[in-house]
Amino acid sequence: MTTAEMKSGIDSGIKSYLPPVIEVEAENELLEVAMGPHHPSTHGVFRMDVALDGERVVRLKPVFGYLHRNHEKLAEGTTYLASMPYTDRLDYFCSMTNNWAYALAVEKLAGLEVPERAEYIRVITAELTRVQNHASAIGFLMQEMGASGTPLMYAFREREKILDLFEALSGSRMMCNYMRFGGCRVDLPEGWLERTKKIVAELPRFIDEMEALLTGNEILMARAQGVGVLSPELAVNAGVTGVMLRATGVNYDVRKVDHYGIYDRFSFRVPLGEHGDIYDRYMLRVLEMRESVKILEQALPQIPDGPILDPKSKPRGFRPKPGEAYGRIEAPKGELGFYLISDGSGNPYRYRVRPPSLINLTILEDMCLGQNVADVVLIFGSVDIVLGEVDR
Amino acid sequence: MAVESNLKIELGKQGVFVTTLNELYNWGRRNSVWPMQFGLACCAIEMIATTMARYDLARFGAEVFRPSPRQADLMIISGTVTKKMAPQVVRLYNQMAEPRYVIAMGACAISGGPFKQGYNVLKGIDRYIPVDVHIPGCPPRPEALIHAFMTLQKKIAAQPLTGEERPRHLDASAQGEFPVPEPGAHDLEPPVNRLVWPLPAPTVAAPAKEGA
Amino acid sequence: MKSAAELLDELQGAMPGVKLALATNPSPSAQHSLVVAAEDALRVAVYLRDVAGYDYCSNATGVDWLDKETTEKVKTTRRVKKEVDGVEQEVDETVEETVKRVEPGCLEAVYHLYSMRQGPHDPHPPLVLRMRTANRTDRVELPSLSPVWRAAEFQEREIFDLYGIVFKGHRDLRRLLMWDEFEDHPMRRDYVDPDDFEYEPTPHDEVLKRAEEHRAKLAAEGAR
Repeated sequence: MTTAEMKSGIDSGIKSYLPPVIEVEAENELLEVAMGPHHPSTHGVFRMDVALDGERVVRLKPVFGYLHRNHEKLAEGTTYLASMPYTDRLDYFCSMTNNWAYALAVEKLAGLEVPERAEYIRVITAELTRVQNHASAIGFLMQEMGASGTPLMYAFREREKILDLFEALSGSRMMCNYMRFGGCRVDLPEGWLERTKKIVAELPRFIDEMEALLTGNEILMARAQGVGVLSPELAVNAGVTGVMLRATGVNYDVRKVDHYGIYDRFSFRVPLGEHGDIYDRYMLRVLEMRESVKILEQALPQIPDGPILDPKSKPRGFRPKPGEAYGRIEAPKGELGFYLISDGSGNPYRYRVRPPSLINLTILEDMCLGQNVADVVLIFGSVDIVLGEVDR
Repeated sequence: MAVESNLKIELGKQGVFVTTLNELYNWGRRNSVWPMQFGLACCAIEMIATTMARYDLARFGAEVFRPSPRQADLMIISGTVTKKMAPQVVRLYNQMAEPRYVIAMGACAISGGPFKQGYNVLKGIDRYIPVDVHIPGCPPRPEALIHAFMTLQKKIAAQPLTGEERPRHLDASAQGEFPVPEPGAHDLEPPVNRLVWPLPAPTVAAPAKEGA
Repeated sequence: MKSAAELLDELQGAMPGVKLALATNPSPSAQHSLVVAAEDALRVAVYLRDVAGYDYCSNATGVDWLDKETTEKVKTTRRVKKEVDGVEQEVDETVEETVKRVEPGCLEAVYHLYSMRQGPHDPHPPLVLRMRTANRTDRVELPSLSPVWRAAEFQEREIFDLYGIVFKGHRDLRRLLMWDEFEDHPMRRDYVDPDDFEYEPTPHDEVLKRAEEHRAKLAAEGAR
C-alpha cells in the first residue's frame, strides 16, 4: 500500500485520532526490543515490538495472536449451549460475567425472559467477580511496579474466598459455566447466602487494608501519577471502555446506560477519574470494588424465592429463529459484547466476541510514546487485560 | 550399596546419618526445582494461585520462579500452546540447561483440550518436546499441580546416576537441541517432531505408547 | 436516538443520491441495520459520527456469506406450434423446469455504533452499519472506517486476517492473529484445516470421518 493511499482517510478532511509520530535524529541508532511473547511483565503471551531512543520509546507495535484459540470458529461448529463453557475461557478471571454476556445476547436473539431470582444471582456473582478481578488487577500492577508479592498475595487471599463461593455454587473454581439462556444452571446451595454475606461483610476491611498499603504510597504516586495519560476524546474514538475510559472522566457504564439485568434497583455510583493516568485507574478500581460491595449488600438480603430458569427456554434442541442480536454488559475489563447471527439452525451462523481487552489496547502506542521503557510495563499493566480475551 | 532402611532409621536415632551419593545428590535436586516464570493461558492463573499464600508452593522448594530459561529447571506448560506460540516454547526449552523437566499442565497442553479442533491450536506440546508429568484438568486445581510436583520429585529421586536410566545431563549422547518448527503457509513445518512423538499413523487402532 | 429507519431518511435527505438500504432483523432483538454501498461508506460514517452523534464504534466484525445455490421448479406456459390431427396449430403447453439460481456470496463488514455523547440517560439499541464486498474471491475491497473510528483499527486488521477483506485507507493493514507467513483466511466458511490428524483413541462424528479418510488415503498410498 502506498503512502498516498494510507493517508487518503486523513487527506479527505476526516478528523482522525492517530498516534503522534516521534521524530528521530538517527534512525539507525534506535534500539529495537521485542518484549515478549515470553516476558515476565506481559501476564501471558503478548509481544510489544518497541523501538527505543535511549530510554525513550519512539515506536511501539503490539503483536497479538499467541493465544488465538479459534473460539469463534469452534462456536460456529457447535450448538449454542456448547459454547457456554468456552466463554469461561475468554477472560479466565471473570467467567461469570462472560457467561452473562453470552446468555444476554442469546436471550435477546431468542426473546427469553429471566426469572427474578436468577437476575439476583447474576448480579451477585457478577459483582463478586468484579471485586476479585479488580483486586487481582491491582495486585498484578503492583507486581510490575516491583512490589513483588505482598499486594498480590493480599489480592489472591481475598480471591480464594470468592472462588470458594463459586466452587460451591457451580462446581468449579474458575470455569464456572454457570449461566444458562433464560436463567442459571443450579439453585444456590444451602447456606451459600449466609456464607456470602459473611465474606462480603469482610470485604470493606480488605479494601481498607489494601488502600492503607497503597493509596498514599509515595512510590506508587511517583511512578503512576501523570504517566500513561489518555485523553477523553481519544478514548471515546478508540472505543476504550471500562475503567480505562472512566479514568479519563467519561461517564459511561453499561450497567447504567443499558439498564440490563436489574441494576436499576440498586443505588450505586460510577466513579470517574480526572487525569486519565495510571493512578486514576488504580483509584477507580478501588472505588469500583467499594461500589460492588454496596450492590452486594443490597442484593443479598433482597433475593426472592422462585424459579431460576425461564420455563420457555429449552436446553436441548435450542434453535432460535433467523435474525441477529448484539448483547453487551459491563464486564470488569470493559464492555464485553456478543454478536450472534442465527440462520435458524442449532448452531450460530456467526458468533463474535467483542473483546474489551483487545480494543483497550488500541491506544497502547499512544500512551507509551515518549515515555521511559520502564513505564511501558506499568502502562500495559494498568490496562488490565487477559490474553485469553485479547486473542480469543 | 544401599543401606537397609531399618538400619538407617536405627542409626539416625543414635545421631549417625548414613546415605549414598546418589540419594544425597537427588535429595538436593528434587528439593530445589526452580520453575520458569512462564504462563500461557488459564492454567497460568492456577499456577500463580499455587504459589500464593493458601497453597504455598514454597514448601516444595519451588517458589523461585525464574524469568530466564537459563536459570530454570522446570517448565510448566500452563495452558494452550497455539501454533503461533509453539516455536517460542520449543526455543525456550532449548535454552534451558540440563537437568530440565517439563510439566504439561491441563488438557490443552496435553492434547489441545477443548480447543483441539481449532486451526491455530497445537494438539499437545509433546509433539515437539518430551514431557515428564501430565496433569489432567481444565484447569487443574492447585492441589493437582502440587501433586504433579510431588510426582516429579519422586521421579527425580528415583533416577540413578549411572546406567541406562540416568538423567539426561549425565548422558553425553542425549539430545540437547530440539528442532524448532517454522511457521509455514498453512501449518507449522514440520507439524510434529517424530523423534519425541513416535505415534503411528491413524490406521493403528491399538492404543499406542506415550511419547518419550 | 433515532431508529435505523428514521436515520435512513435523514441520511438520504442530507446526502442526496447516497446508496443506502435498510435490512430488517426479524429476531426479537429488532436491531435493524443500514446497508451502505462501499463508495458512500466513508461519508456516511463521518456523518454518523459528527452529526448524528454515533461517536463510539463498539464492535466491528466480518461475516462470510457463501454462494447460495437454490433450485426451484418453475412452471412456464408457452405457445408452441404443433401438429394436431395433421394441421399445424398453436397450442398452449405447460412445461415444468428446474431452474438453478446462484446467489453470489459476499463478505460483509458489520459495525455496531453507539453514542457516548448521549451519556447514560438515553438508552438506545446499537446502530448496525453493514458494507458488502462485490464477491468472495477477487473483489474484496472495502473502505476502512478506522479513520473515522479508531476503535475499528485492530478489528479491521482482524477481519482482514480471518476473512480476507482488504480495507483501503487503513494505516497499517497486517495480519493480527495469525503469523505473517500464513496464507489462508481461516474464518471463511470454506476454509480447510491443515491435515494434522494423527491419533484419536475414541474417534466419533467429524473426527471419525477424518480418521476414515486418512485410513483410505494411507491404504491408497500403500497400494502404490
